[in-house]
Formats: sequence, C-alpha cells, structure tokens
Amino acid sequence: MSATIFEKGKNGKSHSYLPPHDCPLEKLDLPGRRKSALDLPVIGEQDLIRHYVELASKNYHIDKGMYPLGSCTMKYNPVVNEELARLEGFNGLHPLQDEEDVQGALELMYNLQEALCEICGMSAFTLQPAAGAHGELAGMMIARDYFRDRRENRKTVLVPDSAHGTNPASVVTCGFTPRTVPSNEQGLIDPAVLERETGPDTAVLMLTLPNTLGLFERDIARVVEIVHRAGALVYMDGANMNALLGIVKPGEIGMDIMHLNLHKTFSTPHGGGGPGAGPVGVRAPLEDYLPVPRVVKEKERFSLRQRADKSIGRVHPWYGNFNVFVKAYAYIRTLGAAGLREVAENAILNANYLMKKISQWYYLKYPGPCMHEFVVSGKNLKDYGVRTTDVAKRLLDYGLHAPTVYFPLIVEEALMIEPVETEKKETLDRFAAVMERIAEEARENPSLLLEAPLTTPVRRLDEAAAARSPELCWSGEERK
Amino acid sequence: MSYVQNTERDRKEMLETIGISSFAALLDPVSPELRVQGGLKLEEPMSEAEVVEHLGSLAGKNRPASARISFLGGGIYDRYIPAPVRYVLSRSEFYTSYTPYQAEVSQGTLQAIYEYQTLISRLTAMDSANASMYDASTALAESIIMACAIKRRGRVLVPSALSPRVRAVLDSYVPGKSIQLEDLPWGEDGTLDLETVERKLAEDAAAVVLAQPNYLGLIERAGEVSELAHAQGALLIALVDPVSLAVLAPPGEYDADIAVGEGQSLGIPQSFGGPLLGFMATKNQYIRKCPGRLVSATRDIEGKRGYVMTLQTREQHIRREKATSNICTNQALCALAAAVYLCTLGEDGFREVARQSLEKSHTLYRMLSGIPGCSLPFGENFFSEFVLRVSVPARRFLDRAKREGILAGISLGQDFPSLGEGALLVAVTEKRDRAELELYRDVAAAAGGGK
Amino acid sequence: MFPEECKYTKEHEWVFVEGDTAVIGISDYATGELGDIVYIELPDEGSQVHQMDPIGTIEAVKTVAELFSPVTGEIVEVNEAIIANPEIVNKDPYEEGWFIKVKLTDPEELDVLFSHEEYAEFLGEQEE
Repeated sequence: MSATIFEKGKNGKSHSYLPPHDCPLEKLDLPGRRKSALDLPVIGEQDLIRHYVELASKNYHIDKGMYPLGSCTMKYNPVVNEELARLEGFNGLHPLQDEEDVQGALELMYNLQEALCEICGMSAFTLQPAAGAHGELAGMMIARDYFRDRRENRKTVLVPDSAHGTNPASVVTCGFTPRTVPSNEQGLIDPAVLERETGPDTAVLMLTLPNTLGLFERDIARVVEIVHRAGALVYMDGANMNALLGIVKPGEIGMDIMHLNLHKTFSTPHGGGGPGAGPVGVRAPLEDYLPVPRVVKEKERFSLRQRADKSIGRVHPWYGNFNVFVKAYAYIRTLGAAGLREVAENAILNANYLMKKISQWYYLKYPGPCMHEFVVSGKNLKDYGVRTTDVAKRLLDYGLHAPTVYFPLIVEEALMIEPVETEKKETLDRFAAVMERIAEEARENPSLLLEAPLTTPVRRLDEAAAARSPELCWSGEERK
Repeated sequence: MSYVQNTERDRKEMLETIGISSFAALLDPVSPELRVQGGLKLEEPMSEAEVVEHLGSLAGKNRPASARISFLGGGIYDRYIPAPVRYVLSRSEFYTSYTPYQAEVSQGTLQAIYEYQTLISRLTAMDSANASMYDASTALAESIIMACAIKRRGRVLVPSALSPRVRAVLDSYVPGKSIQLEDLPWGEDGTLDLETVERKLAEDAAAVVLAQPNYLGLIERAGEVSELAHAQGALLIALVDPVSLAVLAPPGEYDADIAVGEGQSLGIPQSFGGPLLGFMATKNQYIRKCPGRLVSATRDIEGKRGYVMTLQTREQHIRREKATSNICTNQALCALAAAVYLCTLGEDGFREVARQSLEKSHTLYRMLSGIPGCSLPFGENFFSEFVLRVSVPARRFLDRAKREGILAGISLGQDFPSLGEGALLVAVTEKRDRAELELYRDVAAAAGGGK
Repeated sequence: MFPEECKYTKEHEWVFVEGDTAVIGISDYATGELGDIVYIELPDEGSQVHQMDPIGTIEAVKTVAELFSPVTGEIVEVNEAIIANPEIVNKDPYEEGWFIKVKLTDPEELDVLFSHEEYAEFLGEQEE
C-alpha cells in the first residue's frame, strides 16, 4: 500500500510558490493565537506529484473502461468541456462582481436554464442545488411552501418502494413524512394501490421516471391524474433523464417539479463523488417559489433578480456549481436536439441489447423492454454459494467495474446495469462475455468468485473492523 | 453531433439480437400521446471548433476578478493556486472516477480523502473530519441539525455577524427539522456581546454558532463563548476560515464540539461561487451522528493496509428516511484540491499564506486610518478582512475604484443597514502587493474624502 | 440451532425468563441475516420499556436493524460488553451476547410470543 503523504512528508523540503511578502509587520497584537502545531507535511514537488500519480494509478475511471453502474449514468466526459471550464473568464469570477462584469456568465446560466426548460417541458429552472439530493430537498421545500401558502396542511409524501434512498431522506429533512407505495408484479406503480394511498393528507408523489428498475411507468397518465385530482403534486427524480431526452418532456406529461443531475445526463464528470449539480425545474404555478437569486434577461442584458416574495429563499450561498454548468452547457450546445435524441435512443438500445444477452445467464425478474438500464438478480447463483457481491468483485479481476449491487431493494441480489449510450457494441459484447464467463465460474469453480478480487491494488477489505472502530485520520503510525 | 460510437451497422446487429426490426419497438411502454411532438427546439448542434468559439466569446464578455486587483471576499477569496493543484485535478483517474463504492479499485480516491480528513483534523485540531460537504452554508446547516439531534433540543443561537447568504441558506434549510434560530447581535466592538450570549443560552439552547472570524472579519472571544455554551449544556459549533487557522486558535483549542467552514480558499478557483468545499470536523464521541461520507483505514484479507467508506448505516441508501442527512455526495474533487494545496505549500508555505494575508490586510488598514472621509469602525482585531466606512455611498466609491482597476470590496449597507450606506467589507489576500495597497489608499483618499 | 427454552418474537428477539427477570437477545437467525455487527445502541439502565417498542439499534456493515423489547418492564441491566465488542453477538448470541435484562411487570405478556416450535415454523415460512 502507498505510504501516506504524512510519512513521505516528514522531513522534506518544499518549493516556493507564493507571491513575495513586501509588507511585513513587526508588531501585531492579535488575541487568541494558535498554540498547537499544524503538522502539515513538507514534501518536494517531485515526490508530491509522484504520490498523487501513484494514487491515481489505483483508481478505476471512465477513461480506463466501462462503468455499468445502474442509476449513475457514467458516460464519457468530453475533454473539450474540461478545457472550457478552466477558462479564466469563467473560473476567475467572484460571485459579487458587478453584473456588467459577468454578463457572459449570466448569459451562459440563462441559456442553460432555457435549454433545460425546453428539454424537460418545464416553465423555469433554478441551477442552485449542488447535487441531486440537494435538488430533491429544494423541490420538497417548494412543495412545502406552496401548500403553506394555500393553507393546506398536507404532510405525506408518497414514495414508491423502488425509489432512491435519498428520496425519503430528503422528504424527512424537509419536514414531510414519507409513505412507501409498493410496486406491483411488473415493477410498476399500481394505480389502484396509489388511489388507495392518496388522500387529503398527500402533498407529493415522488417518483423516478424511468423507475429504478429501468422501466417506464406505463400508467403514468393515470398516476398523474390520481395525484392531481387529490390536489397533490408530482415530483420527478430526474436521475434517469438520459432515457427520455427528446422522447418525453416530463412537464408535458404532468410532472410538477423535477430535478436533473447534470453530472449524469449532461456528461459532467463525477470527480470521485462530486461536485455535481442538481437543477430543479417547475411548472408555471410553482415558478414563484424557486430559490433566489434568479437569472433573468431584460432586453439584451442579464441580471440577478434578488427578491421574490414567495421564493423558498436560498439553498446555496451563490448561484450553484457554476463550473459544472459550463460543461453541461457546452455539452448541450454540442449535441443539439438531434444529438440528445441520439443519446436517449442509444442508451435504450444498448441497455436492451445487454439485457437480452445477460439474461441468458442471470435471472431477469422484470422482462423488457427496458429503458436505459435493467436489473438482473444473482439469486440463481446462490446454490453454488455465490452472492451478487462476489460477481461484482470478480468483474474487477477482469479489469471491469461492477454494476450497482443490492439496489433497488425490491430485487433480491440485485445487479443494476446501465451501459450508457457512449459505449460501443464491442465494449458491450466484451462485458457480456465476461458476465457469462463469471456465471460459468460460479458453477464450476466458485472459489474464484469468493476469493475475488485477486488482481486489484488491495483485496477485499475488512469493513466490519472499520465500522467497529473507524480510523478516520492518520495518527503518525499504523494502527495494529 | 453526439459522442455515440455505435455505427448504423452496430445498431442493426443489436436490434437483430434483441429480436426486433426497428428501434421504435423499444419505445412501446411509452404510449405515443406522451411523446415529444416534432423534436426539441434547441439551437443547432456545434462542432468542437464552434463550441470553443462560442464559450470563448461568453468567457470573453466577463472581466474576472482573478485578473484584476481584487479586494472582494465575503466567503470567496482570490488566492494563489500552485500549479500542482491544477495538475493533479486534471488527471482523469481522479476526475472521471465515480464515488468509491468498489473500494478495491478506488484506493486512489479513498486514500486521498483519508489524507484530506487528516489534514482537516489537524487544521481544526479536532478528532475527526468527514469527507466534505457542498459548502460552508450547508455544512453549517447540517451541523445545526446534528447538534439538535445530539442534544434533543431545538433552539440554536446564531451570530448576526454572519454572511447574509449563509444565513439565508440556514433559514430555508432548518425549519424542516423544527429548529429555531435566534440572533446574537454584535456589540460595539463588532464581536459577540457575551452577556447576551449568556442570557439567551440560559433558555435551553442546543448549540451556539461561533463565526471565527465573524463576517465583519473580527476575531471573537472563542474561549469565553465556548465556556458559556458548555456551562449550559449546549454545544459549540465553530464556523472557521481555514486559512486563519494557521494563525488563530483552532476550534479544538477552545473545545468546540463541531467545526465547519468553507474550503474554497484551499486551492479552489473562485468560479463565480461554485463548486465549493464544506468541511466538517467533530469530536469522536459524536462521529456516528455526523452527516456525510467518512473514509476509514482498515486491512484487506491479506493484512495489507487499505481504505473504505465507513459507518454507511448513517447514510440514506441504507437508513433511508432515518438517515442522519439527505446528503449523498461529498465534493471529492474539491477535497482533493484542498489536500494537494495544503501538501504542496506544506507547513511553512501555508503559514506564509496566513501571515501574508494578516500582515498585508493590516498594512492596508493602517494606510487607510487617518485618511479624511474614511473610518474604520471596529479596530484592528481582525484577521484579513475588515470594515471600511467611506463618506460617500459605497456604490459610488466602488465605481470610482473600479475605474482605477480596483475591485475595492463588498458593499454592506443593503444587508446590514446599521453599518450605514458607506460601509464596505475589504479582503486582502497574499496576492496583493504593496503597490496595489498604495493604489487603494490613493483612491480612498481621493474618493472617500467626499469629492 | 436455537435454544428450546426461550420465547421468540417476529423481529427475531429471544427472551429467557429467570424468576421475574427477562434476559433478552437476538437469535442466531438474526445475526446470520445481519452479518458482522459493528455497533449497538441500547437504552440506559433504569428506563421503562413497553412490549414491542423499538428500544435500540443494531448496526451491521451495510444494514441496520431496530431492537424491539419483547416485554414490558424496567431495564435492570445492560450488557456493556457487547457495546464495547459487538462481535460477541455474532459469536455467541444466546449466552455472552445477551442485550438487556428487564424486570417484568406483566409475565402474561409472554404468552403472545412464539414458542421455540412456532419460531422454527415462522423461520421456515420466511425462507420460502
């Protein structure tokens, strides 16, 4: 294992980086000076770079290979967008500069909002939320304030049992009570069940479309009608919007509030877990509730409207993850309408192709057609003493990344696979071949799976020991 | 154009394998009346050359603070970013990787986060730090929710000398948890009035938020506030500027229970205010109540050292509605930037950033004192940002300074009317030099004098 | 696989009665389903509990379960050893790995719990 930077930087010598100090002050009487040591490492630049390049070599990443993570939409991140986001004209801006000095930035945000409105059929978008879950929270706040203004005391948010775990967590953070709606045999919302669960206390139905099984809710029109008739709102978790680009506009089919993940659908990189961006769109009656400030256009000038009486306020101290907007905007302008439709079609085609192949060897509970992803189960391998996690670990030995495992919860031993549109047929074939090979190994030599991975920088890690007694920081020596 | 690589022939073969003749069959579950009619109405697609030209022209319409003489702060600072930070962040092994769910092939990200956690623990002198959050405002909101959960109380005292934008985020964020925020006004010297703190605490508060330095740049009596809070069984949440911690007592030294702050200063561009880096550190006794991801060292089955995400049962994918928070991501790449920044500069370099910010800001302060029309209402008790009051409306002063090439500060009057319409918040970082400070002085002498 | 003299709940707690005190733990089946237990939260000694109230949490690496009190009464003892070393519960769920002792207020409550045979049957149904 790589030594920590603290070990490497014990007795080093550092380079000089800073501007010259041309105004030293001798006597400065400050209260409350620091007494304890900072204990930062001191390391020369060459060894510093080597340290991080060594760490880099231990990461799987999209530029290395396919990432079939269901629900995560790990598509190619165009390199030109990275270059554009690094332009000083964008990343050198202070958020409190005068509007006249940031017209280009405001124009970019305005254009991005407009494009998202058109793509989703919503009336308005805010770009403020810093991540998908943050968008969910903002969306729930909008619903909360909307009902408060209508003097309707609605407390319940219906969440299908296939939902992302963040959905119920966001609901609670906002003060609502989540209530689970069970899916039917086809893995879909059952209108009859929904009808029973929906009542005067229902504020919102929070659904994911396509849902986390990769299925389009066939009865969506009926679902929307039930919810709207009860005076409630429909919230769409847009994590899976990749499947709908140019095919369905959520706003046109009755979704009242939705969030997008720019780091999924619009190709901005995941950065090992952030930063992303989770813009929220609403239909007309809810527009006034969006966070402030809002980017508006008057004549040819762009400005930030700071006040709106009904606004939920701010969810971010500034305007959101601007650097991420630059990349998403470049992506949308590059693709245009035809390109986006091509994305959705190929995401769907790739998923159905892979599903057809992989369901030969793994159990498919909900037969297709699927949209952009599908879920199979490893439960047919249980007889050989092999579990889904073992399949996942074995994939790593083949130099591939594992799919999302054990989610959604309603599928036992779930393997959730999203190939995304940018992967070519040959890549999918190779992945399928490996999945077939692993299924064979499970039958013939299960220990290959149980002991996997063998070829990775470390082997299976003792998560129980970490959780019992976490070591969250380096104390100066290795703990035994 | 798109980045799809399948050829027409690929598509045909795939459809054959699926057993259908055309793609349309796959859209069967989406009934036709739900579908988009006539395609999306977006601008025409662009080639790479066109998109470079288009975004280049948008960037060109901006006049970035980083390329000017900027005294803007208020939460976002213009600091020097050493080249190794950009280099490491441009490695696609880091920026195109996913959340490290498969630990065996994510040791790079995991070790980098573990090292980041260690660095934050050391800076704050706290036991442990999490893997980061969106920004300081959401980190603060989450720490307030955490304190209320620990104390099973619902009232938190928050200083009035807090960024109005951070305060606005708190106001939208915490009511969902039925938490009440109560203001702690500043006293004559611009810092917390300890008697008010004591009086308000007596009424069963869960926590006191201490901003160190506060929004006016001033250094609070942290130790005394901490003692008052603990005497009443409340927690102390410290909202700190990480650069100041090289000079000022860190939260661990005054026994803070939770420390949060904005890490943008640590190697992250201003980028119009995002992405940012919220950091959070706490005492080990509270770690299981802490929101956000945590990375722990452990061993693999061969006894080799490695890293995993841990205490995941706190998180939403397991605990769903009972999770400690709804936050699912961290800001891994920004945390990496902060780690590389701190390790590049090292002990002496980072101390130098703080020292230069401190001494350069105090140099400007001294240059401005005694200039007719300029007043400095709160004295020298500040770290690197201070309030300047000019005798003309701040807007006029700022415009005039801008004509001289200076972004002279943030106008405070709208958010804090009691400071008057001539009040400005002036931030000085290590990037400024004596000549620029002198230019500021000259502009102030000319404009602040009321002429 | 599990002791015959205990009573059981649907939530997989076991109860063993000694005089007016009930010793409570979780079954071998439960520890098997949870996997490695990493953290346990229990109420304080002296607190009152009611039958089938959630009174604590049991965390494994990737899952978390609530502990329900099978009986009503006052907690007279808490097993500090399992809080310090939760792996004891995995190793020995019926002896060293007990959770709490409760002084019973209403011994008749025990009648609604599963007998050993009933629990075995219940587990059989669960497996299907």
